[in-house]
Formats: sequence, C-alpha cells, structure tokens
Amino acid sequence: MSSVDYDAFRTEVKAFLANALSENLKEKIRLGLPMTKADHEEWHAILNDKGWLAVNWPVEYGGTGWDGMQRQIYEIEACLANAPRVVPFGLAMMGPILQKFGNDTQKAYFLPRILNGEHWWCQGYSEPGAGSDLASLKTKAVRDGDHYVVNGQKTWTTLAQHANWIFCLVRTDPNAKKQEGISFLLIDMTTPGVEVRPIELLDGDCEVNEVWFDNVRVPVENLIGEENEGWTYAKYLLTHERTNIAGVGFSNANLIALKAIAQKEQLNGQPLADNPRFAARMAEVEIDLMAMATTNLRTIAKVASGQAPGVESSMLKIKGTEIRQEIDDLTRRAVGPYAVPKSLDALAEGNNNEQIGPDYAASASVKYFNNRKLTIFGGSTEVQRSIISKSVLGL
Amino acid sequence: MQFGDTEDRRMLSDMLRRFLAENYANDMRSKLAETQSGFSAEIWAGLAELGIIGALFSEEVGGFGGAGFDISTVFEELGRAGTVEPLLDTLYAGGLIADLGDEAQKELLAPVIAGEKQIAFAHGEPGSRYDLSHVETHAAQTAAGFTLTGAKSVVGNGAAADTIVVSARTSGEVRDANGISLFVVPVNAKGLSRKPYAKLDGGNAAEIALDGVEVPSSALLGPLGCAFDAIEFRAASAITAICAEALGAMEQAKDLTVEYLKTRQQFGRPIGKFQALQHRMVEILIDVEQARSAVINAADHLEGDRLTRERMVSAAKNLIGRTGRRISEECVQMHGGIGMTEEYALSHFARRLILIDHVLGDADHHLERFIALGKSA
Ligand SMILES: Cc1cc2nc3c(=O)[nH]c(=O)nc-3n(C[C@H](O)[C@H](O)[C@H](O)COP(=O)(O)OP(=O)(O)OC[C@H]3O[C@@H](n4cnc5c(N)ncnc54)[C@H](O)[C@@H]3O)c2cc1C
Repeated sequence: MSSVDYDAFRTEVKAFLANALSENLKEKIRLGLPMTKADHEEWHAILNDKGWLAVNWPVEYGGTGWDGMQRQIYEIEACLANAPRVVPFGLAMMGPILQKFGNDTQKAYFLPRILNGEHWWCQGYSEPGAGSDLASLKTKAVRDGDHYVVNGQKTWTTLAQHANWIFCLVRTDPNAKKQEGISFLLIDMTTPGVEVRPIELLDGDCEVNEVWFDNVRVPVENLIGEENEGWTYAKYLLTHERTNIAGVGFSNANLIALKAIAQKEQLNGQPLADNPRFAARMAEVEIDLMAMATTNLRTIAKVASGQAPGVESSMLKIKGTEIRQEIDDLTRRAVGPYAVPKSLDALAEGNNNEQIGPDYAASASVKYFNNRKLTIFGGSTEVQRSIISKSVLGL
Repeated sequence: MQFGDTEDRRMLSDMLRRFLAENYANDMRSKLAETQSGFSAEIWAGLAELGIIGALFSEEVGGFGGAGFDISTVFEELGRAGTVEPLLDTLYAGGLIADLGDEAQKELLAPVIAGEKQIAFAHGEPGSRYDLSHVETHAAQTAAGFTLTGAKSVVGNGAAADTIVVSARTSGEVRDANGISLFVVPVNAKGLSRKPYAKLDGGNAAEIALDGVEVPSSALLGPLGCAFDAIEFRAASAITAICAEALGAMEQAKDLTVEYLKTRQQFGRPIGKFQALQHRMVEILIDVEQARSAVINAADHLEGDRLTRERMVSAAKNLIGRTGRRISEECVQMHGGIGMTEEYALSHFARRLILIDHVLGDADHHLERFIALGKSA
C-alpha cells in the first residue's frame, strides 16, 4: 500500500493520547458520564493544537492527510484510551462539503473556524414529517433580495443546544420534483427567529432538539453550490464521507471493557466470563467484529485505489451498528440487578452522592438504551437494506 | 381448560383497566420520578380501595384471592398501564409474611392491604446476582434475639418501606439453601441504614446496610434456618407476577406500534404498508401470544408440586426475557426517532421490558435453571 510505518504511527498515537488526555475526560468516558460543552471544547482544542483534529481532511485545509489505515489505527487507539469522540457535524460533515462544493470565500471563512472551535455545527436535515423520506422536507427558503427567508422546523438535531451554526436542507423550489427543489443552506443560529427546544430521550438525556425557524433571514452567500442542487451534496456526504461508520474503534474498546466486567461479575461463585453461555455470546460478537474490521479495511483499500465506496458504507453501517448494539446488550446483561438503579446521576459532576453498585454498572443500561439510536439515525437499517437490495442485488 | 379466565377475574381486570385508564396519564411517570418513593400515593390508595392489593392475598390473611391467576390478572393490567407502584414488592414480602407469619406477624398485613403501610423484601446482595440461595448477611443469636449484619442490594420499594423482611444466614455456607432465616425488621431499627434511589423504569429501591441490627426473637419469621422453600415459592409467585406485567407491557407496546405503522406516512404511504415492517409486526404478535401462554402455564402451576411449578416459572421468565427484549427493540426501531423520546409512552414500555429481565433472574439464569430442573424431573 503506502510507505507509512504503521507500527511507528501507532506508537506515536499511543504516546500522544497517554499525555494529552486529562483524568477528568478519561474518567467521564470510562464511566459513561454525560459530556459538558466545556469537556468537548477541551478535547477539541488539544487535538487542534496537535494538528490531529481533522483526521479526514487533506493537509492543505489543515487536516492530517492520514490514509485510511492510519485513521483506523487512530480511531481504535483513541477509543481504547477513553478519549471523547469528536463531534462529527463540523469536522466529518461540514468540512468535506465545504471542501468539495464550497466557494473560496466560504472555505476561507468557515474551515478555520471549524478547527479553532469558534463554530459549533449541527445538522438540520430531519423534520417531523421527513425522516427516512428525507426528500419530502418542507422547511422553505424564499429568496428576498440578497437574503433567503427561512420558515419551518427541523427535529432530532443532535447537540443543537451547543451549536452556533446549522447546515440545513431547505426547499427552494416548491414546484419541482421533491429531490430537485432542495438547497443546502448555512444558518447562523444567533440570527433572530431561530429557536432551539430540547427533546428528552428514553435514557434521560437531552442530546437532541427541535430547531424552529420563524422568518429567519439568511444571506445568499451562505448557500452552498447551486440553488436546488442541495440533494446532490447531501448524497455525496452519505456515500463518501462515512469514515467512522463501522464504529470499529468503539466496538473494540467496548468489547474489551465488557470482558473486564465479565471477569469481575460472579455467577455461582465463578467469574461470569467462565459461564459457557455468556462466554459464547461474547465470543460470537468478537468473531463478528474481527470480520467486520477486515471488511472495513477492504473498503478503505478500495477507496484508496480510487474506487467509490458505494454500498459498502451501507453494509458497514448495518453490521457495525448491530455489533455495537450487541456489545451494549451483553454489557447491561453482565451487570445483572445493578442495571436497574438510576445510578448515573449519583456519579455526575457536582453530586457527591455515593455510588450504587460497581462503577462500571452505572452507565450500562443508559448506554444500551441510548444506542438504540444507532440503527435509526444516519439512514435506518431498513433504509440501508433497501439501498443494497436495489443497487447491488437489482431487486 | 379455563386458562384462569373466570367471571370474577374478568370483572377484576375490567375494573382495574378502567381505573388505570382514567387515572394513569403518561406524563405522570416523569413527575413521579422526582419524588422520593417514585410512585403515586393517590394511585396506591385507589388500588387499595378497589381491592387490588387484597386480590394478591388469600382470605385467610384478609385478602380476596392470592391464587396464581388472581396475581397474573392484576399484573397484566398493571403492565398494560405502565404503572410504577410497588405491588410486586408487596406481593413478595407480603406473601412471605402470609405464608410464614405467626398471628402477630400476620397482623402486619392488614394495613398493607388497606394501603396504609409499605413493605419490602431485602434478599439480594451485592454478590448474589440472581441466586436465591446466596445469602452472606448473617444473623447471630443473642440472649434477647438476633443481631443482623450484612448488605442488601437493589431492594425494590426499599426507599418507601416501613417494614422490611430481611433474609440472613443463621447457619451454613454462602450459597447453601439450608441455614437461611427471615426477620421482620422496622426500617427505623438501630443500625439499619438505607441509600434510597430511583429505578430507571420508575419506582424506588434502596441499598440497605445492616450494621449489627438487634432484633427480638419475635422478629424471626418462620422456622430458624429453613426459609428457603418459602422464599423459592414466593419468588415463583413474584416471577409469575412480573411475567404477567411484561405481557401487559408487550400488548401495549404492540398496540402503540401497530397504530403508529398505520398512521405514520413516509414515501407517500403509511409505513405499515412496507412488507419489511409488516412481517416483523406479525412476529411481535406471535411473541405476545407465546408470552401469554407462558404466563398461563406459570400461573396455572403456582399451586402445584414444586418441580413442575419451578420449571413452568423458569420457562416463563426465560421466554419473557427473550421476547421482551425483541419486542422492546423492534417497537422502538419501527417507530424511528419518536420511539426513543421520553414524552411518548412507548419509551416507558421499552425500558420496562428490558429491565424486567434484570429482576428475579434473567433469561440465561432461567434457561440454566430450567435445564437443571429437567434433569431432576
Ligand atoms: C438520537 C438521534 C439523533 C439524531 N440526530 C440527527 C441530527 O443531528 N440531524 C438530523 O437531521 N437528523 C437526526 N436524527 C434523525 C434521524 O436521521 C431520523 O430519525 C431517521 O432518518 C429516521 O427517521 P424517522 O425517525 O422520522 O423515522 P421514520 O422515517 O418515520 O421511520 C420509522 C420506521 O419505518 C422504517 N421505514 C421507513 N421507510 C421505510 C421503507 N421504505 N421500507 C421499510 N421500512 C421503512 C424506518 O426504518 C423506521 O424503522 C437523529 C435521530 C435520533 C434518534
């Protein structure tokens, strides 16, 4: 493949992570505690200083220029070290869109601000009536002089409560066929008429929001590419920039954590890990993960040789999220009765409450419930299956 | 076969369903989550008044029922409405008092059945997982009675209880069935401390520390060192109850999902028109019917011989554990994002169905138990 010395790279990554991560961040990730905005910003700044923030950007824009293998190594090591994940909306989504379809002014203005953390992006695609059928979206933008006037509602907007910019798909031509009247618009969330309302999820957290637009005036310079071509740009993102989609790093680290829990938990006087039934379940998911990691590398190699990834990203999304959910499921089972207490609150910052049960049990159920989202967002499993059956199998 | 379906029980379930439909709103659970007990005092009083608590106990101790099918009838409705009130703990602890108590101890049940007092059974321990015979807490005999020392974990209703039935070892090794005794302990006993908390699926529990708690001889519930059979029997009735509750929750999750598939439009049609979802909805229906039969099997054999009863009960808990997970996950998935929101009722049922697997033994525990019991059959 390339001339990169991957062993040396891995060593360098490990050394960096060992030094750079604060105890606070590591501990929060290990225990599954909620991350504050400041926590995210802390890690974002550390990575930016090191030049390792934009793992999938080319060097000319301030990215690492890493190849697929390096990215995979970094992802695995970062997860193992309990590093926080980097919020994807600016770096993994907005960045590539700007680099591919943005004009020079947009690139010069927005890209550095993603890196330095001045702009926190969120993704305004989904609407109450437009989920899987995203192209039926209704939020409209009407041209008025050198502005668009935006009205409508987005929903499920992850971390919009922290964001100051949102990239939106909006309808600019109500008469065109549904995919053809959509534009890609960047909206400053401090503009009058933007309102963010939290949605509480079943794990008790409020990571998603509704975002409302009431006569929001957006300068036309904030349009990406051509008017009514937004669908093409959104689709590009779906098929080309899914670097982390398989979640190999998460699964790998979570499986290791699960095995450690299964050693500590006792069943009939033996470690749970020695129970043949539980051991078999853990082994099966490990076998699946090993194969998927290679599928992931095969896809990376294919992309490196210039081929488009195509449906592999759908495949990796389906299998990768299944594996992550299976590991979460085994983890909550492993902790037994201690899956029941609402114990994360007791460990959270500022609460001096005593811990309930072993610390590794505190987030097991919450994580399991929260990660039901993995097979719903970013194109549900059902939608991915439809893509594969149509475009690969020709059914 | 009757499958337990008598005129009286149908009236009981109709009455309870109506009461809960009228009084149990979805937003109530999130409000209750903020309170110390995690449940509604008004609903509790209402349930007592309707005779629902009494339906869990025999006439001998002041109740109106207490048979397997009485229990399953009540709990199916509780599950359907998504209640968080501590009837399971009342049944478990109250059942032990009813089965083993002397006259004075049995008197404790009258205020419980009337809804005036709360009880709990403190049996599980930090290391016991789902093993009913794992008791490390010990009771040392003294001149005046006993001294209890140990730790109890995830005690359902432990935060709200006035009186707690505590298991402690008076002889034998940690996982021996022999040598376990029960004690009736008021929560204000010296040396008893509680760490109360909310459960993820509603209601309360507590970690309980027993630091040399001195109780009189009259606190001993049942014969010394021989409580295991009674615990196993009452665990069986509690498992039957929680399986019936899961059945009600499954029914509700299924109904909500069918309704949603009929109304949610994507790609210009109701999503229920997609065969990829239709067949899975059918699987859920089959799962629910299987669960119903498993509950009937357990309820029907609750009063039977030990081996058959325990096999039926473990079979039910295993089947409910497996299908509960599938139904919970599938119903959320087929809803999409909305299924994950706290505001929409499904999220409660999805959570409850999963966490029921963590109470009184999970699917794997009961699978292994079922196999072991089969060998001695
Ligand atoms: C935690 C979370 C975070 C999210 N973050 C964001 C975000 O930051 N920005 C954003 O824009 N969106 C976000 N989303 C929204 C997400 O992309 C949508 O939830 C997803 O597209 C599904 O849409 P829906 O929820 O409306 O479900 P629906 O589209 O209504 O689907 C309901 C069910 O029907 C199935 N279905 C639909 N069509 C078909 C079909 N043709 N054949 C078979 N089955 C079908 C679906 O797979 C699903 O199981 C988030 C969602 C969640 C849960």
